[in-house]
Amino acid sequence: MAASVGPLENPAQHDYEQRLIERIRDGEHEAFYELIRPYERRLYTAAFLILRNEADAEDCVQEALLKAFKNIWQFRAEAKFSTWLIQITLNDARMKRRKERAGLMEPIDKGKSDEDTYTPRDFADWREIPSEALERQEIREKLAEALDSLGEIYREVFVLRDMEQVSIEETATALGISTASVKTRLLRARLMLRDLLAPGLGGPWSGGIQFAKGAKPW
Amino acid sequence: MVIKCEDVWREISNYLDGEVHPELQLVIEEHFGECERCAAVLAGTRNVVQLYGDQRMMEVPAGFSRRLRQRLEGDMSRSRRTFLGWAVAAAASLFVAGGIEVARSSVFNRPSLRSEHARPSKRVPPDMIVIVAEDGKTFHVASCPFIHDKTRLRTITAHQAEQEGYAPCVRCMKKYLNATASSGPNPRKAELADENPIRGEGKPTEAQTPQEKFG
Repeated sequence: MAASVGPLENPAQHDYEQRLIERIRDGEHEAFYELIRPYERRLYTAAFLILRNEADAEDCVQEALLKAFKNIWQFRAEAKFSTWLIQITLNDARMKRRKERAGLMEPIDKGKSDEDTYTPRDFADWREIPSEALERQEIREKLAEALDSLGEIYREVFVLRDMEQVSIEETATALGISTASVKTRLLRARLMLRDLLAPGLGGPWSGGIQFAKGAKPW
Repeated sequence: MVIKCEDVWREISNYLDGEVHPELQLVIEEHFGECERCAAVLAGTRNVVQLYGDQRMMEVPAGFSRRLRQRLEGDMSRSRRTFLGWAVAAAASLFVAGGIEVARSSVFNRPSLRSEHARPSKRVPPDMIVIVAEDGKTFHVASCPFIHDKTRLRTITAHQAEQEGYAPCVRCMKKYLNATASSGPNPRKAELADENPIRGEGKPTEAQTPQEKFG
């Protein structure tokens, strides 16, 4: 998946988006579709990883984009449009999740400090898992389950950075945290996922799944 | 330079993202060549990043974009209608306000009176011909003896006089209105039939304008 380049790294795109925003403000509402098209998938992913339900995530993105449309006149030119969209979507998703899951326990590692050093638990050699494995529904489900088991603060950072290729700075802005926190949480999320999926700890690859060359990937 | 495994793990994410200093990068790479455990951690972490970064990991539901557009279109048209509604309502209020303003200026709202003590009339027929003095504050029937400045008189309608801020003379107008109320004459006719008519540039006599009293 090619890393997307944000408007701040790409002034031409930023200018293009600003022109679209001006057209929308002038009453050309159809320009809004063009403006949001590159970010639809990213927003859906962010919403889904918080809400963990397709219908809720879709509804959340629709409502977030409606909110963005209605408040487009509030958007400041110096900000990054995609970050603004992510912020709105994440806030809406969190609100929705809070309402639906009021009283439910969050994963225990939510309260851990970012500064705690995470020690990998498995050191088995893990040969590369071919991306073709993702064609298999059960593999994707296992990966999703592992991601689901992370605390929200780690999951959010991981989703934005590694699944949607959002820059460190933009992730920090969208989540309202420092870039240092983004890096720390990302490290922990990656290492936790690695452990969760590691064969030595009974990861999903040990369930009789056959990979290329008939060998397991570790 | 020797680096501990714990320090490598702490930097492994930054290393993958190319976020470590070049010197540290060399040290870490050297460590990976010597430490199987850290090499395994690196390989597994890299694989996690590659797998989750694959588009197939998160598939947007079929028809997502279409449904999104439909919802946006529906809401946009509603907001357009709402806007139109507001616009119509705003235009209507402006129209009404404008109408009221016109009405005020012509009928309901008399301009501020030239005399702060005067009161606007309620019963003076608007088309009645009255006399006003340029520097005066009241309008009069032609025969009124209390017209102060007789050199610059104008003959206008009562309505026009009111628009210019003149108030009815409490003496002549009251007397005139009382008289017409009992006899019901045509105001115009009454004015024309006045016993001391002032027509055009006509002037009352000295005897009829007791300046000693009101001058």
